Amino acid sequence: MELWYSIVSLLPFEWAEPDSMFFMKNALLAVLVISPLFGLLSTMVVHSRMSFFSDALGHSAFTGMAIGALLGANDPTWASVVFALAFALLFNVVRRRSELASDTVIGVFSSTAVALGIFISTFGGRSFTKFNSILIGDILSVEPEKIGILAVILVLVLILWGFSFNHLMLSAVHPALARSRGINVFWQETLFSAAIAVVVTLSMTWVGLLVINSLLVLPAASARNMARNMAQYHLYSVLGAIVAGIAGLMTSYYIGSSAGAAITLYLSFYFLISFLFRKRS
Amino acid sequence: MNKIKHTTCGGSCAGRCCLQLDNVSVSFSGCEVLDKVSFHLHCGEIAALIGPNGAGKSSLFRSILGQIPYSGTITFSPADGPVIHISDDEDSSTGRGTRPLIGYVPQSPSFDRGNPMSVLDFFVASTSKWPVWLPVPQKIRDNVTQILTRVHGEELLDRSMGALSGGQLQRVLLSMALEPLPQILVLDEPLSGVDIDGEHQLLEMLDEIRTRYDLSILLSTHDFATLGSFADKVLLLNRSLLKSGTPDEVLSSDEFYGAFHLHLGKGGH
Repeated sequence: MELWYSIVSLLPFEWAEPDSMFFMKNALLAVLVISPLFGLLSTMVVHSRMSFFSDALGHSAFTGMAIGALLGANDPTWASVVFALAFALLFNVVRRRSELASDTVIGVFSSTAVALGIFISTFGGRSFTKFNSILIGDILSVEPEKIGILAVILVLVLILWGFSFNHLMLSAVHPALARSRGINVFWQETLFSAAIAVVVTLSMTWVGLLVINSLLVLPAASARNMARNMAQYHLYSVLGAIVAGIAGLMTSYYIGSSAGAAITLYLSFYFLISFLFRKRS
Repeated sequence: MNKIKHTTCGGSCAGRCCLQLDNVSVSFSGCEVLDKVSFHLHCGEIAALIGPNGAGKSSLFRSILGQIPYSGTITFSPADGPVIHISDDEDSSTGRGTRPLIGYVPQSPSFDRGNPMSVLDFFVASTSKWPVWLPVPQKIRDNVTQILTRVHGEELLDRSMGALSGGQLQRVLLSMALEPLPQILVLDEPLSGVDIDGEHQLLEMLDEIRTRYDLSILLSTHDFATLGSFADKVLLLNRSLLKSGTPDEVLSSDEFYGAFHLHLGKGGH
């Protein structure tokens, strides 16, 4: 972190002065770690039409928090990660076995998770307000250890992308074709949804449950408007996410609003621009 | 073009490679979709699978691909080497090594027009280990161009998968199914959504593939008019195998008229 603080102090901003405003410097580093992470995952969420699924995962993460808090854990984040992973795995199994359409199965899981979360968090007449911070998110509250964990996850996702993206992409395009080429579609899907579960859960308290799914949809949706191949698709998605992340953080610092919401608004603007300049085939 | 037609099977497969289905039955939640289907398919042979919708054509393909459980036996005897049994054991670690190489051309998958996946991306993802989200090296590009040349599709390399016509898409899928060169080529409705020119081109290609490579081709179709021009054998399926033989034999049979509810004579449609 010392290295990071000294690099940031080179920037010409008032909060970049040495030995001050550590929360802002932490937040900037956090944004630089999570925005490429969301930019990458976003490409696959959009490609495999899983935006509704990632939204449901966010809800399950909240339920995990509520369960963790009920069990008296100091940091309910890990209970939440475990719950989200179980949710993702169970969802994949049910979707595979059931003959219902995917969005119906997601609807079933999502509403169950939300109801369970609200039920547990208000159990015994408790107040729901302490969970408000999860809904809105606060990136300035980020701790250096959490940034470290997410940096590790970014590396893991890059490794997953290096080895598995081809298979993931084919599985999403045509499962039977993917299977005929020796790809285990179920494990590919499970691995990918587990990655989303972990990332969504860990960054939820910073970005805010209400807007987190926009980070998984907007970067790639915008990139898709313009990209002509997969390399461009990834480049536009990751770059858009990083630029919107930094701009959103700065805006929220100087104006004083939620960073998650500001980032999302920048991404929406990015989508609008990409739509106006969309490729014509 | 000279066609070598292997229309006789005999008791054994006489040293030629052969896909054998023996009493293959498939049922989904108690409902039987395939009932004791048996046939042989030899290398160099094109067999066309016909039957009404819901006759079990896709289930038959998926059994051959080893993707669904079935009863009975499906074996593949290569011209040299031991007989291979095809099972649906997807999770076994044995992988493709113990299976015959099957090239599969799925029924026209749909790609939305905005899909950023180019033909090159699709190939790289299916046939190489290079992560498709990184810029593709020239060597792989050249390699894919060469593969596409086989189906006269080299100009499609940088086109989006979503912008291809039905015929172009089938050619791309066909060239991918030939990489690596399979022992059996399975095509699910390759002629649907393809215009007359595209259909002609595709059938010529299949004929070329059959004569140039040592493989058997099984395809399903609803286009009976062209059957005679390319198929060595026609299999009429409606849960069970109702009739098999040359195109003329099957198309003029009572079973064919029965299966498709065709009525001849007065009052017929």
